[in-house]
Amino acid sequence: MPAEEIDRDTFAHLVHLAALELDEAQAEYLRRELNHQLSAIHELEAIPLAADVPITSHGVPYPPEICPPLREDDWQPFPDTAEILGQAPQVEEGYVVVPDIPHTTLE
Amino acid sequence: MELCDLSAHELSLLLRQRRVSAVEILESCLRRIAQVDGRPGTLEPGDPLPEDAERVHAFITLTAERARAQAEAVDRRLAAGEALGPLAGIPFTVKDIFCVKGTPSTAASRILANFIAPYTATPVARMEAAGAIMLGKVNLDEFTYGSSNESSAFRPTPRNPWKLDRVPGGSSGGSTASVAAGEAPLSLGTDTAGSIRQPAAFCGVVGVKPTYGRVSRYGLIAFGSSLDCPGPIARNVTDAALMLQAIAGPDPHDSTAANLPVPDYLAALEEGVKGLRIGLSPDYFRITFPDPERGEYDQQPVPAEIAEAVRRAADVLADLGAEIVEDVPMPNTRYGIPAYFVISRVEAASNLHRYDGVKYGYRTPQPVQDLHEMYRKTRNEGFGLQPKLRILMGMYVSAAQYSAQYYQRALRVRTLIRRDFEQAFDPHGKYRLHALLTPTTPTTAFPLGAVYGDSVLMQYADQLTVPANHAGIPGISIPAGLDHEGLPIGIQFLGPDFSEALLLRIARAFERATEDAPWRQARPEVLQRLAAE
Repeated sequence: MPAEEIDRDTFAHLVHLAALELDEAQAEYLRRELNHQLSAIHELEAIPLAADVPITSHGVPYPPEICPPLREDDWQPFPDTAEILGQAPQVEEGYVVVPDIPHTTLE
Repeated sequence: MELCDLSAHELSLLLRQRRVSAVEILESCLRRIAQVDGRPGTLEPGDPLPEDAERVHAFITLTAERARAQAEAVDRRLAAGEALGPLAGIPFTVKDIFCVKGTPSTAASRILANFIAPYTATPVARMEAAGAIMLGKVNLDEFTYGSSNESSAFRPTPRNPWKLDRVPGGSSGGSTASVAAGEAPLSLGTDTAGSIRQPAAFCGVVGVKPTYGRVSRYGLIAFGSSLDCPGPIARNVTDAALMLQAIAGPDPHDSTAANLPVPDYLAALEEGVKGLRIGLSPDYFRITFPDPERGEYDQQPVPAEIAEAVRRAADVLADLGAEIVEDVPMPNTRYGIPAYFVISRVEAASNLHRYDGVKYGYRTPQPVQDLHEMYRKTRNEGFGLQPKLRILMGMYVSAAQYSAQYYQRALRVRTLIRRDFEQAFDPHGKYRLHALLTPTTPTTAFPLGAVYGDSVLMQYADQLTVPANHAGIPGISIPAGLDHEGLPIGIQFLGPDFSEALLLRIARAFERATEDAPWRQARPEVLQRLAAE
């Protein structure tokens, strides 16, 4: 059994960053699976990586000849904004309403 | 044989000859759905019903009336002698990860269960512009996160039409199940690590993962934005080519959709494989089995039945005049899943931040003190375990102190995976392959419940498909036989960027050469039962 890379404190920090709150059973399952997945990820360390191997952020190269030209930065009105606003859980007079936003006063 | 069992190109011909109407085709599909699909997936399924185990459960939302209106419009155009689109009157299902205006577009997640899309995804819009008729939205793993369709929040989840106690694969499991069961001749899926090809192999149908950028992602609910590819699922290669023809091409709404003309995928379909160089790699005949308890990863040979199916396919292609090139090294294949564990999670976590209970989708009904508590409760109640797992992993491996060790390293390994393919396909290199022939999956369809919960073992179901997603190259999975339990075996052809026409041509040559093979006469369990009734 490999050492647990993500301990309870690290896990709690991740849950906070992810804006989640978990019950005990979920937390236990998720932390175990994270550690199992990390053991798979450590397989990557077996690969000799020369210093000049660049990163690939997508597989297919994008030479200019196949890149679509950027669109003009024009305002294009959506035909039915009510349909979009209608998806929001709470709306008042065309504004999306949320609970109180916590404020921190910077010193 | 009902109309719904015919292929899209056969139906298209019958329609144009006015021997059937679009409404008759549609009604045949709706009848089949009523016979075999059972109750659709729902958030509140209650206790399982005895008949649930006898049904396919491909659908989340059936849009029968919308489809009838479209079919009637096709028939009116036909009667008026107006031009018809290339897919006029052909029903198709849509993986519920695509937005379709006015329909629930759920991603099989509670967090989007009440979302009615205000616009339509480009691939769906193009199908409908070609005259195709959407039957409805079909089930998937939640946000596409899985390889069995069992992580959907909408239950009952789909079953494999070939053997109802098996998974259909995933994440496009509803798509492949609907096509295999004769509910629709075509389905629109997505492939991020194998999510079209793996369930296509499990359900005995054809699935194409196009080159990244060949098909627009506009209106696709995002998972791994550098990996996601919409693509066709069909019962034969010709239908897959017809469908790809309709959905491929540049799109002003998607800046990653390649600005390249779309070739005629049907023109060269029957030209055979004479003179083509098709490779086999020992690295695709070895699979990794994880034992996370020991933290070890054992290499094993691909199961003999699957390896033999690939070898037989190579023999068939050789008999047709292809040159089979053995021992092509693809040494980084085994690192596809470890790299994917990192890259896809970082992209998923980023894409899932938008679900916050503010703009659309689910918001917690519980009282909250402030916005942050609303976010936490909403996301906890709205997301299932698999999205949560991906978000947490994405946060961890992209954190500033770990990024070089994990994320940057994975992206560099991605370069090596891409180089394996570039070397194999280099027209001036040692191998000069037109395509690589591999098994699609390390196993045939596994039993429901057998793997779900073990997120590492589940991910390794995609180990032979994910390298193509890292590299961006196209791939196609086609049926190539049955195992000792009568379950479909899939084989995969992989080719260089934008070589879909060639892959379809090779796949079609194999299909034509094996059309009288005994295994092609076998029918899924669900259709055998229907015939016996």
